[in-house]
This record gives sequence, structure tokens and C-alpha cells, in this order.
Amino acid sequence: MTAASSKIPSLSGIASRSGPSPSALDAPVKIGVDAMNFYYGEKRALDGISIQIRANLVTAFIGPSGCGKSTFLRTLNRMNDIIPGTRVEGTVRIDGESIYDPGVDVVQLRRKVGMVFQKSNPFPKSIFENIAYGLRINGLTTSKAEMADRVEESLRQAAIWDEVKDRLHESALALSGGQQQRLCIARALAIKPEILLMDEPASALDPIATQRIEELVYELKKNYTIVIVTHNMQQAARVSDFTAFFWLGRLVEFGRTDKIFTAPQEKLTEDYVTGRCG
Amino acid sequence: MRKRADLIFQIVSLSTLVIALSALAALIYDIVKDGASRLSWPFITNIASRNANEAGVYHALMGSIWVIALTGALALPVGVAAAIYLEEYGSRSRLARFIELNIANLAAVPSIIYGLLGLGLFVRLMGMGQSVLAGAATLALLALPVVILSTREALRTVPKSIREGSYALGATKWQTIWHQVLPMAMPGVLTGLILALSRSIGETAPLITIGALTYIPFAPDSVWSKFTVLPIQVFNWVSRPQTDFKANAAAGILVLLALLLSMNAIAIIVRDRYQRQGRA
Amino acid sequence: MSTRALEWIIERLLFLCAALSILTTAGIIMVLAVETYQFLGEVSIVEFLTGTQWTPLFSDRHFGVLPLVAGTMLVSVIALVVALPMGVLTAVYLSEYSPDGVRRIVKPILELLAGVPTVVYGYFALTFVTPLLQTFLPTLSGFNALSPGLVMGLMILPLVSSLSEDAMRAVPRGLREGSYALGATRMQTALRVVVPAAFSGITAAFILAASRAIGETMIVAIAAGQQPRLTGNPFVPIETMTAYIVQVSLGDTPQGTIEYRTIFAVGMLLFLMTFGLNLISTWLRERFREEYA
Repeated sequence: MTAASSKIPSLSGIASRSGPSPSALDAPVKIGVDAMNFYYGEKRALDGISIQIRANLVTAFIGPSGCGKSTFLRTLNRMNDIIPGTRVEGTVRIDGESIYDPGVDVVQLRRKVGMVFQKSNPFPKSIFENIAYGLRINGLTTSKAEMADRVEESLRQAAIWDEVKDRLHESALALSGGQQQRLCIARALAIKPEILLMDEPASALDPIATQRIEELVYELKKNYTIVIVTHNMQQAARVSDFTAFFWLGRLVEFGRTDKIFTAPQEKLTEDYVTGRCG
Repeated sequence: MRKRADLIFQIVSLSTLVIALSALAALIYDIVKDGASRLSWPFITNIASRNANEAGVYHALMGSIWVIALTGALALPVGVAAAIYLEEYGSRSRLARFIELNIANLAAVPSIIYGLLGLGLFVRLMGMGQSVLAGAATLALLALPVVILSTREALRTVPKSIREGSYALGATKWQTIWHQVLPMAMPGVLTGLILALSRSIGETAPLITIGALTYIPFAPDSVWSKFTVLPIQVFNWVSRPQTDFKANAAAGILVLLALLLSMNAIAIIVRDRYQRQGRA
Repeated sequence: MSTRALEWIIERLLFLCAALSILTTAGIIMVLAVETYQFLGEVSIVEFLTGTQWTPLFSDRHFGVLPLVAGTMLVSVIALVVALPMGVLTAVYLSEYSPDGVRRIVKPILELLAGVPTVVYGYFALTFVTPLLQTFLPTLSGFNALSPGLVMGLMILPLVSSLSEDAMRAVPRGLREGSYALGATRMQTALRVVVPAAFSGITAAFILAASRAIGETMIVAIAAGQQPRLTGNPFVPIETMTAYIVQVSLGDTPQGTIEYRTIFAVGMLLFLMTFGLNLISTWLRERFREEYA
């Protein structure tokens, strides 16, 4: 046990301030992954990953680029299915049910597990239509009034309602980068998922926009289970309750964020969080 | 010495280009000279006649419009559907590769062969007779490879991120294609269709083969009507030994070229308008 | 109906539309084959392919297709003699010499040449080119092979030019730069390095142009005549395979007669010729792409 805290005062300071409450470890397991291997064709990209992600908390995936954290994130809502030639071994259980069983309806899965992408990808339609799309294709509303209410609710949840309420029918592409990303978050929230996967949601944004996203994540965890991939360690330390450290396709260490950044158990983890490697 | 050879070569290459362009200019000049005098409003509204001065293109113009409209109505859904299948569903299977090979070959088959196919299949076997429908079906088959190719290119311009965003919301493949991908690809699809139709409007050989008549003095009134089209009327006039019909032929060509130019202009307008919409 | 079932049905429908292309090819082959088979029941294939007289519509009937083939070849060769060198030179100029501004103006104009309907070219050949040629070739007949041949060459020039230019642009810059570094002029580089490197691509373009010329109909139907004649003389009227099919279609030929079947037999021959050429062209282009992938 090294005195890592003295080497990274900023991180340890942040981590111990926003660590999870003592009851966090009693939170139920929302996503359980057991011995997962993932292949792109012949190449193994993920090796023996086992992890338990708890409900209504923020879990961060950190690690250098190419270490597999995004790939792993995408296995949780089966987004990798659309890439030809990929294969999954092992089990992924959400609320106890395996999501890779042959009879599983992927469409239903993705309603439950929403995703926000690294580069915001609003549809080239109006702001209103961007949110309404998910509601429509999933048949979640029965009247125009209900649709308008749900759209407003999602935009408020994503803390963007005040900025767009007067221009709902203008094109979403006219918004700034930060606004577009919050729109994408609203879009994901509209269909009321239980889990929200965020793949480096703020990496393309300026510091102020980034801060707003982070505040949003902190608010959202009251109602959602959030998994966030980030290459920014300070962000992970600020925002998450648990952190998982990936390296070259393996899960090296997983634990409470404050512990990972102040007293990691693996030398590799310590090297990474202190900036000695990666 | 070498520099001189290089210069001469450059001049020779440039001259071939100039010769080609001059020939095009001569063609345009010749037709305008021959036909401008005959071009008038009565020319467009008159139907065929044995008297060159009274003969007009109305029946042929209507025939062309009927045939092209029907060709578009047939080729668009089938071509887009085929392109969607090849681009979004089946791109890697051997069957899909075989289909692509077929399409590439069909694009290079002479148009008169399509006429023979139309004659044997649509006119005779399926009993459509020498109708607008048989003509349109034949031209639609001819236009399909072009529509499929341009639709596939348009589909490819839609970024993967849009598709992923749609899937992540729980949309099925078809929902994603119908609500997001296809609308985004529409300008390219329509431009390709209009260009394919502008080629069809000049097609003569396949329609002659299926029996579009060269002397038919009335416009079609249903898809089962016998018909003629503008290029066939021009062909008919050009083939007459009497020289007075030469002016008619040239004027008919001017009408045909005007139609072509307007279709190309529409294609450009459509493309520009959609591009502006997309950028909001 | 569940979404899964609906998705499955939609995918099948889309597949059917794609498979229509296979049906089209099969349809072409079948329609041609059925009528040709019945034709060959009455006329021996030897007479068809080697006979030198084509008079199926006269009372004294002969079914030797060679005059039609000769007519087609004569016009096509003239067209290719015009289009190939001019097309390659134009391509060389556009790809190696011309500044971008020139290319941006010239290419659309060349596209225009390719987009003119063939009846218009036919008119041009009959009413402008033939009289023009007759002023210094007084023995030139009103219908002949020379005039449509030249005009057809103009029509396929853009095809040769654009395909050759694509082939030349695919040649890596490194090859050109190596040549320039040795002090070669642009002409030397173009002729000795780029064109040889693009050779299979350019040959593929030639073969496709030949296929196009052979299958062309209206220019020859208007300007070349309707007299099947086994000759190499471009100054006299001839008839091509395609023009013959048009000639019969213009008349009232009842189904089931031998005259009706002749157009399919000729069509089959035309199809096999162009199909064969297209296959060779595609094979060459594939090989070229492998070289520079």
C-alpha cells in the first residue's frame, strides 16, 4: 500500500469529497458480467471481464485509448451486434436476466439501456422531432398532448429546456456542440431507460459545457444507473462512485472511486492514475 | 528539342479536345438553324399530319410524358428497394455479390436488347400489347441499374453515427432506414432518378421494338393505349424522303432537348434545395 | 403482427426487388434463346453464321448473317478509329496537363456529348455530315457507313476519355514523380510511364467503347441505310444488326413467323458479342484494380 495520496493530491482530494455513501455497497447489482471475452473476427479485444455494476450509482470506465472500454460499454446494450464478425463469450445479466440468450429482443433491451455517444449525433430534424422519434417508434405516447409533455419532460431533465423551448421546431443542427450533446441525452432519457451508457460524452466539448454535463450526470444518478467511459481521470474522480480500470482488453481493477485514486491495489493502476504510464 | 516535342504533343492533345467541342457546336448550330423556323406554339399543340407545315408534336410529346411518368413510377420503388437491400441488408453474402454482378452487366447491355425482352415478355407473353405500360416497363428495366447505383451512393453518404443513434433508441433496422437513412439520402436518390429518366426520354430503339408506332396521331388516354414518343416522331420525320419534314425533325429535336435541359435543371435544383435544408 | 415478423417480410420484399436483376438477365437469355432455338429449327446454324446473303424478307430467302455483322463492324471500326486516339489524348491532356479550371469546364461539356439522344446524332449524320463529306468525296452515297461511323465516334469519345482518365488517375503519384525527378518532360512521362501503367484500364475502356458502338442503333438506322451488304467499303449503304431489328419492328410482322424470329436470332448474336466484350472489359478492370489497390 503506497502513499499514493501524497503524489496526486488533487485527485485524492476530489475523490474523497464525492465518494459514495456508506450504503452504496448495499445497492443492488444492476448489471452483472461474468467472464466475458469479445472478439472482432479472430482478434480478441476483451479478455475475461467480470464486473458488477450497482443500481443508481455512477460507474466510470477509465484506461488508455484502445484498451477496450468503449467496446465493453457497447456490449452492455448489444450495439456491437451491428458490426459484422463480432462474437461474445460469457454472460451479461441485467436485473438477473442474460441479455445474450438467443430469444432476447434486442429492441426491448435498448429501450432499457440507453446510450449517449462520444460525438453528439442529433438527427437532421427539428429539436422536437429528435426527442419524439424514440417515443414514436416505441409506441410510448397516445396523443399529441402526451407527446408534447414527454418531450418537455426530457428536455428539462437534460437541463436544456429553457434554452430551446422557443425554438422546438428549428433544426437540431443549429445548436452548439454542448447543446447538441445535452439534446442527445434528452433523446436517450425520453424513452425512460433504466440504465444510461455514456461513451466519453464530454470529450468533444469545452470546459464549461463539460461541467454542465458532469452536473447533469450527478443529478441523473438519482433515477438512473449510469456507466460513463472517460479518458479524463479528473472527470472520473469528480463524477463517479465506482471506477473500473481497463488495460489492453483486461479489467485490471474495480472498486470505489476514492479507493482507486488514493489507494489502488494494483501497481498498474497506481502507475496509470499517477500518470507514470498510459 | 524535347521541350518542343512536349509542346507539340500538348497542342495535339488540346486540338483533339477542340475538335470534339467544335463538332458539338456544329451539331447544335445545325439543329437550331434547321429547326428554329418551324418551332412555334402551334407546332407543340398540333398532332401529326401528312402536311409538313401542319404537323406538330403534341401526340408524341404527350406520349413521352406518359411513358416517362410511368417509367419513373415503376423504377423508383423497385430500384430504391433493391439498393436498400444491397447496401443495408445483404452486402456480404455471395448471392448479393451475384446480384451486383448482374446489375453491372445489365448496365452495359444494348438498349435494343431490352426492346426484344419487352417484346417477348411484356407485349406478347404477358399480353400488355403495344401499350404505354409495356413501353414503360421496358424502359424501367433499362433504367434500374442507374437508379440502383445512384441510390446506393446516396445511402452511403448517410453517416454511421445517425444509424447508431437510431439503433440505440431501440429502433429496428427498417425503422432506422425508413425514418432516418432514406430521408437523408433522398436528394441523391431523386437526382439519380431524374438523370435516369432524362436518359429514358431519349430512348428510341427499345420502344420501336416493342411496337410504339411511328404514325399515331393521338395522345394516350390510358396506360393501355398505343402510343408514340418524341424521339420516334423525330425518327419518322427524318426518314421521310420529302425534305420539308427535315425542319419538323429539327424542331422536334429542339423540343426534346428543351425537355432534357429542364429535367437536368430540376435535378440540380432538387439537389441544391435539399443540401441547404440539411445544413439548417 | 409482431415487429419481428414485419421486419422479416420487409427484408424478403427488398430482396425480391434486388433479385429482379437476376430475373431480368434470365428473361433476356430466355426470350432470345427460345426464339433463336425455333429459328435454328428452320435455318441451319452453319448457314446463319457463314452465309453471305441476308434476304429474309424477300421471296428468295437467304439467312446468312455475315452482311449484317460486316455492316456493324465497319461502322464500329470507323467509330473506334475516331474515338480511341482522340479519347486517350483528351484523357492525357485532362489528367496530366490541364489546370483545374479548364478541367472543371471541359468535363461537363464532355458529359453533354454523352447525354445527347442518339436520334439527334442520327439526324446530324444524315443531314449535315454526309452532305459535308460529299463535297469532297463525291462518290459518297447518301446512306453510307462513314458518316454514322464518324458521328458515333464523337458519341463514344466521352466514354473512352472518362474511363481512360480514371485509369490514369489511379496510377500512383510516385510513379510520375519518379519520372519527373529523372528530368523527363510531361509528354515523356505521360506516354512512357502513365499510359503503360494504366494500360489494362485503358484497354478495358476501349473494349467497353467497342461494345457500345456495336450495340448502337439509331445513328445507323437513320444514316447507314437498309441494304445488307458484305463489304469493306464505307462509301455505300449497308445495314447493321441493330438497324435490321428496327427495320423489321417498324413493319407488321406477325408473331411465330420466321421473319419475326430473325430479329431474335440477330439479337442473340448481338447479345453474345456485347456480353463477351463486357466480360473481358470487367475482368481487365478488376485486374487493373488489383494492381493498384
